[in-house]
Amino acid sequence: MSANGEVLLRGHDLTRRWGGLVAVNKVSLDLVRGHVHAVIGTNGAGKSTLINMLSGEIEPSGGRVELLGQDVTRWPQPRRARAGLGRSYQRNTIYPSFTVFENCRLAAQARTPRPWAWWQPAQGCQASTAAARACAARAGLDDLLDREAGLLSHGQKRQLEIAMCLATEPQVLLLDEPLAGMGAEETERMLALLTELKNGHAILLVEHDMDAVFRIADEITVMVNGAVIASGTPDEVRNSPEVRAAYLGDGH
Amino acid sequence: MSAIKTAMKTSKGLFVLASFAALALYPAVAGNYGVDLVTKVMIYAIFALSLELLVGMTGLVCFGQAAFFGIGAYAAVLLSPQAEAASLLWLLPAAVVAAAAYAMAVGALSLRTKGVYFIMVTLAFAQMAYYVVHDTPLGGGTDGIYLTAKPVLGSLIDLDKPLPMYAFTLVCLVLVFGFLALLSRSRFGRALAGIRVNEQRMRATGFSTYPYKLAAFTLSGGLAGLAGFLFAVKDAFVNPELMSWHFSGAVLIMIILGGLGHLRGALIGAFAFALLQEFFKSEAIFGAFAKHWSLGLGLTIIVAVALLPRGLVDMPGQWRARLVGRRAGVSGGAR
Amino acid sequence: MLGATSGCSLRQPGHILTIADFGQETRTLLMDLATFFIQCLNSLQYGLLLFLVASGLTLIFGIMGVINLAHGSFYMIGAYMAYALAPIVGSTFGGGFFATLLVGAVLAVLLGYVLEWVFFSYLYQREHLQQVLMTYGLILVFEELRSLLVGDDVHGIQPPAILSGSLPLGEMMTYPVYRLFISAVCLVLALGMYFVFTRTRLGMMIRAGSTNREMVQSLGIDIKFLYRVVFAAGVALAVLAGMVAAPVSSVYPGMGNTVLIICFVVVVIGGIGSIRGALLAALLIGVVDTFGKVLLPQAAGVLVYVLMALILLWKPDGLFKAG
Repeated sequence: MSANGEVLLRGHDLTRRWGGLVAVNKVSLDLVRGHVHAVIGTNGAGKSTLINMLSGEIEPSGGRVELLGQDVTRWPQPRRARAGLGRSYQRNTIYPSFTVFENCRLAAQARTPRPWAWWQPAQGCQASTAAARACAARAGLDDLLDREAGLLSHGQKRQLEIAMCLATEPQVLLLDEPLAGMGAEETERMLALLTELKNGHAILLVEHDMDAVFRIADEITVMVNGAVIASGTPDEVRNSPEVRAAYLGDGH
Repeated sequence: MSAIKTAMKTSKGLFVLASFAALALYPAVAGNYGVDLVTKVMIYAIFALSLELLVGMTGLVCFGQAAFFGIGAYAAVLLSPQAEAASLLWLLPAAVVAAAAYAMAVGALSLRTKGVYFIMVTLAFAQMAYYVVHDTPLGGGTDGIYLTAKPVLGSLIDLDKPLPMYAFTLVCLVLVFGFLALLSRSRFGRALAGIRVNEQRMRATGFSTYPYKLAAFTLSGGLAGLAGFLFAVKDAFVNPELMSWHFSGAVLIMIILGGLGHLRGALIGAFAFALLQEFFKSEAIFGAFAKHWSLGLGLTIIVAVALLPRGLVDMPGQWRARLVGRRAGVSGGAR
Repeated sequence: MLGATSGCSLRQPGHILTIADFGQETRTLLMDLATFFIQCLNSLQYGLLLFLVASGLTLIFGIMGVINLAHGSFYMIGAYMAYALAPIVGSTFGGGFFATLLVGAVLAVLLGYVLEWVFFSYLYQREHLQQVLMTYGLILVFEELRSLLVGDDVHGIQPPAILSGSLPLGEMMTYPVYRLFISAVCLVLALGMYFVFTRTRLGMMIRAGSTNREMVQSLGIDIKFLYRVVFAAGVALAVLAGMVAAPVSSVYPGMGNTVLIICFVVVVIGGIGSIRGALLAALLIGVVDTFGKVLLPQAAGVLVYVLMALILLWKPDGLFKAG
């Protein structure tokens, strides 16, 4: 757990129990501005539960979450999102029946909701339309703005997922398997985007693609059965005997 | 492709404008029975529009809309003074607010549930309102209550005569339609659409979705109350059957029949449903069997939902798709 | 306490203690206790009957994911079957009430089987809204078919001679044997369900099918047949409930709709897909409704919904999870 930079999100001793089963056991991690912190582990290691606790979708049984210095453990997800926390999902949560532009605009609208102005068309909203163009451009989708989102290729949909994350200009990004289902070329594009996003953001990356993780991550946390077995720089993790035994050992 | 879309938009707008124009001119050619019937259908259309806001725009399937309709109707009758005509200026808003208030209470509880639970809970709460007017002296029991003096707006509007009633209802319909059309394009309306399509993404972006849903529910209840108010004033009579779940089912069928997700679907559906009812009830066509009109209606509902899941509104689109599909099949289907 | 409230007459040897030996206040207390006990039995009977119908509803939803508004119609069909079949069974087999029940049960299973095959199997993939509307259309069809075949009249049905007596409750009150019979039938069926679910292979497959459809299919189990069986069982439960309840509730056109909505409340309170929840919720509603009618007759119809509202405030997903 490095702390050379500004810590934007801190998870402290996060625990989650389902009845008798402990899904996440006292996991702590820090997300630092300008760094990518990857969380890896086998299936069922508790990565999804961990990210859900950080985003606010699941309440922890124990532990604390601090966002930009504030204790947000009891805050529901929308409130954390408004405070600067963005999240992308493993399965696309785009709006397939809307255009790419409308996807981004609606996401950006969360910042300037103004629900009472019922006579004003949403398309005329300066703030959200400008933000939509900006985040779509950043994600490399500016020539696809009028395309219906459901008709995009899988890689483009994943890019849109990221774009929507960025629409509200969050400071922390929780990315759940952004590379899921991508081919080599799309993966390269996404990794370039993620590298570019490092500037200004603290990023949590849950991923299965080990090559990508070791290329892009500044810190790696390894989870097995809900607990952290190793945490540190990619080199430290690569050389850690516990990790070798539990995860990378067989044939890697 | 986008050029076709703009044309379609215009044709949608044209369709709606033409419909309203036709409705405005209808009394000139129709007799009293026709005027009375179409007034009723326009009230159904307002009722259907209120549900379209909830089901079509927000994605909340409510099976208890009749309760709000009934409360608007009962409020109109119960709040009217016995001897003299009340003023529309306060009676109408009072009825709408009463219905909206019950909607807010029901919504606050029901929105804690999702999916199938939500459907069942809204049905149950509507049934609760039904029992209140059915079993207690408040509602006058199964006999219902009569409205002794219809409300007026000074000397300008006398709703006792069929033509002013028709005109007033038409104006209400146009205003409600226009309001919902503006609402659907507004930020609030787009947020509701987002909640319908993917609530999780809305929350992840920072929208607190519960207040939006509750607002939609309350607004929908108020509009249904407006429809109920008009109904009570038109017939000068209310009875508990206005709150029955059969009526909740009927209005749901109207918007499915017409086409979910389109405001004009509510219009089309209300008219189609009323026509179907008249058709199956007609002794001229079915003779003695006409008293079993529910059978025909039930079968039609099953077939319509099975074969036309997107409603009548989509029929031109389906034909167009078949034509385009044939051509696209030849050229390779480039989009 | 008995002696304290009144003068207890001196007991002679050989004198049997009766109510007359107690004073006024004690007699009132005992009558209140007896009334209370009777209402408890009524609650139990109503609750168990509701459970029978609701368990079919929650089973069908929990396992096949279909919300079936026409479930109340099966209850109504059961009651009208009890009325319409009795003379036929009497003249054909010479059988009485129990024979009618058996014939009704067989017909119900057949009806469920055919209905699933011809109609409901097409609903599984559809959205809830479409299921709601199509089964609503089915209600209308059933109502009118009943109207055509049997008419719209209200009928009373006599319980069979063996069961038409009354059991004495203490010295002062009696309780109809038939109501105890209803409770007994429901209990037996409930225990039967429990046994099938927890001890038989069929029950295991059903439980597996509710949590993981694809897995069950890939194990080579014919899921279509499984669904058909479950559906037929659900229908049979509702029909039997209607048949058994007919002598007590009488047979009238709107009975299906009334029971359906209460069943929805049972399922919402108990938790969808949970049989245990349905039982608890049904008994709870039985108590609230029965005692409500006695204590607050005007508000009786509303109390059940107030209960639902309170439970929703506390546990929006119902009391139990599926299983």
